[in-house]
Amino acid sequence: MGDYPSSSTNASAGGSGVTGRHARPAGTGVSPSSYDEPPIGGGGALPKKSRFSMEAGFRGLSTGAGAMVLVIIVAIAIFLISKAAPAISADTVNFLTYKQWFPNDTNPNFGIAALAFGTVLSSVIALLVAVPIALGIALFLSHYAPKRLANPLGFVIDLLAAVPSVVFGLWGRDVFMEPVRDFSVWLNKYFSWIPLFGGDGPFGRSILLGSLVLSIMVLPIVTSLSREVFQQTPGMNEEAALALGATKWEMIRTAVLPYGKPGVIAAVMLGLGRALGETIALALTLGTVFSISFNIIENGGNSIAANIANTFGEANATGRGALIASGLVLFAITLVVNMAARAIIYRRREFRDSAA
Amino acid sequence: MSLLDRELPGVAMTPDNIRTQKLPLVANLGVALAAVVVSAALVLGLGLGNWVLVIVLSWVLYLVGLLYAAGRVEGRRAARNRAWQSLIYSACLLAILPLASVVWTLVSKGASRLDGNFFGTSMNNIGARDANGGAYHAIIGTLEQVGIAALIAVPLGVLGAIYLVEYGRGKFAGTVRFFVDVMTGIPSIVAGLFILSFWVLIVSPWFNNGQPRFSGFAASLALSVLMLPTIVRSTEEMLRLVPGPLREGAYALGVPQWKTILKIVVPTALPGIVTGVMLAIARAAGETAPVLLVAGGAAAINFDPFTGNQSSLALYVYQQAGDASKYAPARAWTAALTLVAIVLILTIAAKMLARRNSLTR
Repeated sequence: MGDYPSSSTNASAGGSGVTGRHARPAGTGVSPSSYDEPPIGGGGALPKKSRFSMEAGFRGLSTGAGAMVLVIIVAIAIFLISKAAPAISADTVNFLTYKQWFPNDTNPNFGIAALAFGTVLSSVIALLVAVPIALGIALFLSHYAPKRLANPLGFVIDLLAAVPSVVFGLWGRDVFMEPVRDFSVWLNKYFSWIPLFGGDGPFGRSILLGSLVLSIMVLPIVTSLSREVFQQTPGMNEEAALALGATKWEMIRTAVLPYGKPGVIAAVMLGLGRALGETIALALTLGTVFSISFNIIENGGNSIAANIANTFGEANATGRGALIASGLVLFAITLVVNMAARAIIYRRREFRDSAA
Repeated sequence: MSLLDRELPGVAMTPDNIRTQKLPLVANLGVALAAVVVSAALVLGLGLGNWVLVIVLSWVLYLVGLLYAAGRVEGRRAARNRAWQSLIYSACLLAILPLASVVWTLVSKGASRLDGNFFGTSMNNIGARDANGGAYHAIIGTLEQVGIAALIAVPLGVLGAIYLVEYGRGKFAGTVRFFVDVMTGIPSIVAGLFILSFWVLIVSPWFNNGQPRFSGFAASLALSVLMLPTIVRSTEEMLRLVPGPLREGAYALGVPQWKTILKIVVPTALPGIVTGVMLAIARAAGETAPVLLVAGGAAAINFDPFTGNQSSLALYVYQQAGDASKYAPARAWTAALTLVAIVLILTIAAKMLARRNSLTR
């Protein structure tokens, strides 16, 4: 941004001073004798900066609003810790390594291990499915589709990002579960020698279902962000690649993908952040089993957020504290992922600005 | 735009037509047909699976066959180009399938209860055997919660963006900007837990004889935490698009900076700001988790957001989805359809407004 006067001293304006003299007519047509106060712009005639002006007030107000964001982030950490600490100290087992979740017992025993594992596993599988497809769509929209098709399609993708997660969860449970169950049975029949697809049922409400629903939800975010990056590829780079005889795919591989790489990484991490924090879709599709297992097709799986939504209703004071503690872990994980993603984007922005 | 799109008819030399030999379309279709036939014979003949496997297998065979045939005629590089192009096109098709299914299910299942009863009644005294019951209370709850959340988040967000664009310099502004971005990624359930531990468990007992109290207002607080970063980001982007000379003109006329901001900068950017606010509202209206944690959900109509449990449309969908009654799924789908309609109308209106915006990048 340019150098706008950023304080009232060089903007020549203490609010009350200017507005107070505003009504006086300009010099033309008025005889000098009618001046009862010194003219504007005369030496020493500029209003002095008053201590409590509208300017300072407005400036303080907006600064306060900006600082509010920092206050909220810090407050989230403080209040979550303050409510989680009593529950964790009441916990009779190790919170970080225990797998079960019985915080409402007289001897509360609960641990985050199985929940955190399920959260990470379902998010990673969701990204493994969603990212290649999302990149394909992004490339299709930015480089393959004719403009008349690309614009409405991009619009539709943006709309999908707005569809509430509870709708995807409902769809996953009522509609998508059937095909996924059939697919799981088929996988189990032919590939049960791979531990991922082992077990002997029942299948359906599994990590696979949750991850696939998650991947459908993450898809629009990753697509629209990476599409934006791909579109920013300098035309010169693309044309240079084509001029050297590259095919379209070689042009994309040598010019578009390297240019977009940091942006794509950031998009993937933002998608990961969204997947980690997803609550309702997973609460409706996962099988709610507290165990650490790599079997992704048997009924089971759980995640931190889904567990909060599922067990909040019957939680007592300690149970609530325990859920808040698990939320604190989730907050920490997503904070790290988001900060890493943003740091990548910021570094890239500096790089681009200096190169331009 | 690439060179390929700018070619003049007849004189262009592109990688595709500079080559003398090109795989004819007939050969392409032939490969596809052969792939389908072979995979159908394999799968159905050996009884490995059903038609889905036939499609998947024939797709793989088509890619391999295309790679081989084009490789023989056009050369290795052009063949790879073809294969990747098919992969990218099929990624697009693959993504459309589930999304189309979502839309189709929403419309077909949601239409069954789309009647006046649904929008005019609540779930009060509706038992498991009652086929009626509606979402009136949930719609009221959504409107009130989102409205109050907007009242809190919009002034705060717009002012914060004004700080970032007009006043913010140096390290502190950089920190604020960074954490606004980080805050966009905070999971909604964490925002709900924050308000639960801050408002419901600590502040609300002061007003309620020491008993923690769920309320619609708590839900609005949680939603405003979620809306704030979105509003700051979009407003900041729009304020940055306001041309500098407009501000300088105002300063040259002796207008103080705060007045310049309020009378020149913000009105110029207003359509964009409204777009961002509408998108944030649309997102907040669809949130379930925070409402579940701090508003509690209710079956009866409650107009008072400050006292007593409230429901919301998203929460209503979730609760009906978990209900064992055989009539609950129909209610859930109709509520989901209503919710999606509200959210999409807001989003589309916002995007239309953005199109008419004269400030563009």
